[in-house]
Amino acid sequence: MKHKSKQNNPFHDPSLKKRHASAMRFKMFATACIIFAVSFLLFFLSDMVIKGIPAFQQSYMEIDVTYNEKTIASTRSAIDKKYRRIVSRAWLRDIPAMVEENPELMGTTQKTWVLLNHQVDQYMKGHYYKIKDKDLKVVDEMKAQGKIELKFNSVFFTHGDSKIPENSGLRSAMIGSVLTMLVTMLIAFPLGVMTAVYLEEFADDNRWSQLIEVNINNLAAIPSILFGLLGLAVFINLFGMPRSSPLVGGLTLALMTLPIIIVSARAALRSVPDSIRQAGYGLGLTKIQVVQDHVLPLAFPGIMTGSIIGMAQAMGETAPLIIIGMIAFIPDSPSSIFEAATVMPAQIFTWASMPERAYIERTAAGIMVLLTILLSLNALAIYLRKKYEVKW
Amino acid sequence: MNSESVDINPELKQSEPTVPETKIKVRDLNLYYGDNHALHNVDMDIYQNKITALIGPSGCGKSTFLRCLNRMNELIKGVRVEGKVIIDGKNIYDKDVDEVSVRKRVGMVFQQPNPFPKSIYDNVAYAPLKHGFVTKGASCDELVEKALNQASLWDEVKDILNQPGTSLSGGQQQRLCIARTVAVKPDVILMDEPTSALDPISTEKIEALMLELKEKYAIITVTHNMQQASRVADYTGFFHLGDLIEYADTETIFINPTKKKTEDYITGRYG
Repeated sequence: MKHKSKQNNPFHDPSLKKRHASAMRFKMFATACIIFAVSFLLFFLSDMVIKGIPAFQQSYMEIDVTYNEKTIASTRSAIDKKYRRIVSRAWLRDIPAMVEENPELMGTTQKTWVLLNHQVDQYMKGHYYKIKDKDLKVVDEMKAQGKIELKFNSVFFTHGDSKIPENSGLRSAMIGSVLTMLVTMLIAFPLGVMTAVYLEEFADDNRWSQLIEVNINNLAAIPSILFGLLGLAVFINLFGMPRSSPLVGGLTLALMTLPIIIVSARAALRSVPDSIRQAGYGLGLTKIQVVQDHVLPLAFPGIMTGSIIGMAQAMGETAPLIIIGMIAFIPDSPSSIFEAATVMPAQIFTWASMPERAYIERTAAGIMVLLTILLSLNALAIYLRKKYEVKW
Repeated sequence: MNSESVDINPELKQSEPTVPETKIKVRDLNLYYGDNHALHNVDMDIYQNKITALIGPSGCGKSTFLRCLNRMNELIKGVRVEGKVIIDGKNIYDKDVDEVSVRKRVGMVFQQPNPFPKSIYDNVAYAPLKHGFVTKGASCDELVEKALNQASLWDEVKDILNQPGTSLSGGQQQRLCIARTVAVKPDVILMDEPTSALDPISTEKIEALMLELKEKYAIITVTHNMQQASRVADYTGFFHLGDLIEYADTETIFINPTKKKTEDYITGRYG
C-alpha cells in the first residue's frame, strides 16, 4: 500500500528525506548556538543585577543626635556611646556641615536617621559581616524595635569615591564621564564628519587619498591602550595639559573614536543615491550646495547612529585612561575639564580591587548604571535613525 | 544636415520655411573614458525651439554625448573631452567658463525621476533661491506656480505643495523634475530617456509637455523608443559605437535614411 502510494505520487523524490534532515540538523545547531550565547548573557546580567541591587539600599538607624558646640568639636560625642561603633564615621564627620546648613539644629537633640557603617549594612543584607558580639546585640535590639531600616541609597549618587564604603558613590565618576564625553564629542564629531565628507565627496581617487583611507581603517584596529600612550606623550608631555583631566581623557578618546565616526559617516554618505547629486549638479548648484543641503541631510541618520555608537564605546573605555592617570581615587567631583577626574568604568575598576565586601555590590551597581547609560545611548541611536530616515 | 526639408509634425509645416536658429554648435567632439575612446569627432548643430532626438543602440554614446552639452561628464572620474561645444557663440569648454553656470543654462532631466526628498514646493524653489533669482516670499511662490504650470503639474499639486516630492507618482515626479529644471530659466533642456521608467499614459503627458516646452527652449532628448522619436522630434541623430552616423530632420531619418546602418537600425535589424 505504502509502496504503491509512492509510485502514484509524481512528486516523490527519495533523496528529499535526507536533504530535509540535513537542513533540520543545521537549524538545530544554529539554534543551540544562539541559546548558548543568550544563556551566557543572561547569566552575566542576572549575576550583575543580583549582586548590584542591594547597593541601591543602605542601612540607617534612628537615634538621638545632639547638636552643640561640643559635638561639633568632637563629633563622636553627638551620639550615645553604645552606638559609636556601628554608626558610619563618615556620617559623624558631616555633622558640622549639617549644622552649618541648618543653623536651627544648633543646641538641640533630634531623632535622626543615621547612616550605619558597612559591616552593619552587610549584616542587615544577610551577607558576610564582622561585628563584635557586644555591638551585634545593640544592632539586634534596635532592629527588633524597627529602628534600623534599609533606605534608598542616595549617597551612591550624591557622593564621590571614598575609602569608607558606605560613603562612596558614583557622582564624581559620572560627572567625569560627562565632561570627558563632552570633550570627545566636540572634537571627534566635527572632525570625523568633515573628514568623511572630504574623502567621500571632494577628494580625487588617487594614491594619496587611498593612503589616507588605509590608515583610517587601520586606526580603527589599533589596541586602545596605544592611544593612551599617544595621549600621554602628546597631550601631557608635549602640550603640558593637566594630568588625569577630562580634557586629556576626552582628547585621547576622541582619537580613538575618530576612525569609527569617519568609517560610519562615509558609509552613510555613500548610501545616498547618486541621482540626488546629479539632480543638484544638473540645476547648476555648486558642490557645497549639493553636499550641504541634499546629501548631508540624507546621510544624517546614519552619521548620528555611527557617532553615538562610537561615543558609547568611548564611554566604556578604560585602557587608554590608565596611562593618562584617570584611574585614580577622586573623592570630589571635578568642576571643569582641567581638574583631576575619573570616569565610570575606571571607578568600577577601582572598586573591583577593593578588599571590603561592601565594594562588591558597588562594583555591580556601577556596572548596572554604566550599562543602563550605554543601552540608552544605543536606543537613542536607533530612535534617531528611525525618526529622520527619509522614505523613498 | 538639410534644415530646410519638410518637418514630420504637421502643425509646424507653415512655420518651417525659414532656417531655424542654431543654438548649439558641436565641433570635433571627442570623449575618452580613460583609454576608451567613446565619442569620435562628432559634429552637430542643435536648433532653437526644436526637439532633437538622439537614438541608437545601448552603449553607442548618445547619453555620453548629451552629458557633454552641460559638462556633466566632468563628474565622472577619468573623463577627457576634446573639441568644442559652442553655445551662443562661446565654447563651454573654454578655460574661463565655469561648469556650474553652464549647467544653470543647460538644464537636465534624468532617466529615473529624482526629486529631492523635500516638499514639492522646495523641490522647485531650492535652486532659484540659491541662484538668487527670487527671494523667499511672494516672488518665489509666483515662480513655483509658473514653473509647475509650465510642467502641467500645477493643477495636480497646488493643494499639496508641502508634501514630499517623493510621494507623487512616477510620471508626476518626472514632471516635477521638469518644473524644477524650468524654474532655473535655462536656454536648453537635456532629457536623458525621460520616459523610459514611466507607463504609457505618463509618457504621453511628458511627450505633450515636450512639444509645449519647445516653444521656449531647445530640447535634446535621448530615447530608446523610436516611435517616441518619430512622434516628438524635429531632428534626429543616430549614434552607433561612438560615431554620429546620420543626423537630419526626423522624417528623413525614418523614411529615407541615406546610410545603410541607420536603415538597419530603424527597421529593427539590430538594436
